[in-house]
Amino acid sequence: MIESFLQYEFLQNAAITGMLIGIVAPLLGVFIVVRRLSLIADALSHITLTGIAASLLIEKRVTSVNELNPIYMGMVFSVGGAILIEKLRKLYKHYEELAIPIILSGGIGVGVILISLADGFNTDLFSYLFGSVTAVSSSNMWTVVCITIAVLIIVILFYKELFVLSFDEEHASIAGVNGRWIHLLFIVMVALVIASSMQVVGILLVSALMTLPVAAALRIASSFKQTIGLSIAFGEFSVILGLISSYQLSVPPGGTIVVIAILVLIMAILYKKVRNHLYVKGEPV
Amino acid sequence: MKPNKIIDMEQVSFKYDKELVVEKVDLVIERGQFLGLVGPNGSGKSTLIKLMLGLIKPDRGTVKLFDQPIKQFNEWQEIGFVSQKANSFNSGFPASVIEVVKTGLVSRIGAFKFFNRKHREKALEALRTVEMEEYADTNIGELSGGQQQRVFIARALVSDPSLLILDEPTVGVDAKHVTAFYELLRKLNHDKGISLLMVTHDIGTITEHATHVVCMNKTVHFHGASEEYKEFDDQDLNRLYGHSVQQLNHNHEHGVSQS
Repeated sequence: MIESFLQYEFLQNAAITGMLIGIVAPLLGVFIVVRRLSLIADALSHITLTGIAASLLIEKRVTSVNELNPIYMGMVFSVGGAILIEKLRKLYKHYEELAIPIILSGGIGVGVILISLADGFNTDLFSYLFGSVTAVSSSNMWTVVCITIAVLIIVILFYKELFVLSFDEEHASIAGVNGRWIHLLFIVMVALVIASSMQVVGILLVSALMTLPVAAALRIASSFKQTIGLSIAFGEFSVILGLISSYQLSVPPGGTIVVIAILVLIMAILYKKVRNHLYVKGEPV
Repeated sequence: MKPNKIIDMEQVSFKYDKELVVEKVDLVIERGQFLGLVGPNGSGKSTLIKLMLGLIKPDRGTVKLFDQPIKQFNEWQEIGFVSQKANSFNSGFPASVIEVVKTGLVSRIGAFKFFNRKHREKALEALRTVEMEEYADTNIGELSGGQQQRVFIARALVSDPSLLILDEPTVGVDAKHVTAFYELLRKLNHDKGISLLMVTHDIGTITEHATHVVCMNKTVHFHGASEEYKEFDDQDLNRLYGHSVQQLNHNHEHGVSQS
């Protein structure tokens, strides 16, 4: 395993990309979950798929374009979808969640049409759906490195604004926080992270990496910082173990990463139950 | 140098859709006062607070904070606000007590700057004032309603405000804690010199504690010292509340003493 890791560049790419995604996806995931926006990640991943399909189609049909990296088109669609969701949420003030199925079904609908125009499913597409340890090129890896650095800087810089907005929007607006801009910035970051996660985890499972580690951390943490720390630790653990088992078992990493994240979640739930049990018992009545 | 009139509203009116909820309200809060704002449900009390905080803009009239028109006012750390919603926040939110209190410093710290040790000290100090220091690292969701209320007051206090606005703070807090709660308010008003504005519909209790009372139902029906309010007789009160219940759309032609 270690030998082949040192030998093959693609494994190094996948490992580094995966580990970076393991940091930023749960980090943004914490804010997504506490703001009850979990499904936005799903909607954005579907619209990313549309972008990928469009990219594959252009590559196939437009002869002047030889090699088009689908990750970029995916990002464009994902960010576009994010902005569209925000517009729709404003349009349907009383039914904000409507924006999600609109974008989700729209994305998958257009995506399917584009995919068949591009002559249907192939292995390439399969790896975008469920992730792949072999598909990460070094240029993609560098894209993810840049996005990770940008996200970390922005989250650190706007940590208190993001936190106060998540906890209490009214209070944030009294404190003079420009909620609209911060939220837009946040949702664009989410869109970029989703588009860049697709090669390792796959489009269909990327939202899991944003929510499952957070769900586990919520059972245990007593502060927001702790929730972030534990979410990243759980995410990282799932990615690393998932990539190793994916390579060993020759199955897509999206599957193994998600299964491990779910096992972590079950452990966290059990841990809380056992701890509560002991605590109640230890307490003098 | 500090202005004496903390809040100065003149002839403020506000409509939700087409319904007038606040009509020609004049309201002044002076430094050091503990003002109780009372009135029946739907009388526009919470709307008035939102107007004061600039969360909504009046259709008519002017709002001045610390002698500045609200548009130009930017010293929001001078005003602490404990919202009605503080009782019904997402109690599953994974934040510790101190993290919640520190959010009260966001406007004071400003953009592109971070929380530091000094801010933690300030937050602990605010928690000490409300006697919740020992819970600093506890998850906010694990506290009782009364304790959470104190944490939200600490959040409002942490920026050293001159005025604390409380919107129905005793709703959902049991009677035993209400007494302790008023004791805390007295301490803030007397010892720390913080002016208070408390919205409530518990008229009996507020007149015992507040220095001044404003009674409103869309428009102000009484504004004066608490002692005077006791003379604002039961009949007036019944009329005020009675109309609101039985004849919601009735116009208030009857002018009640206004000071």
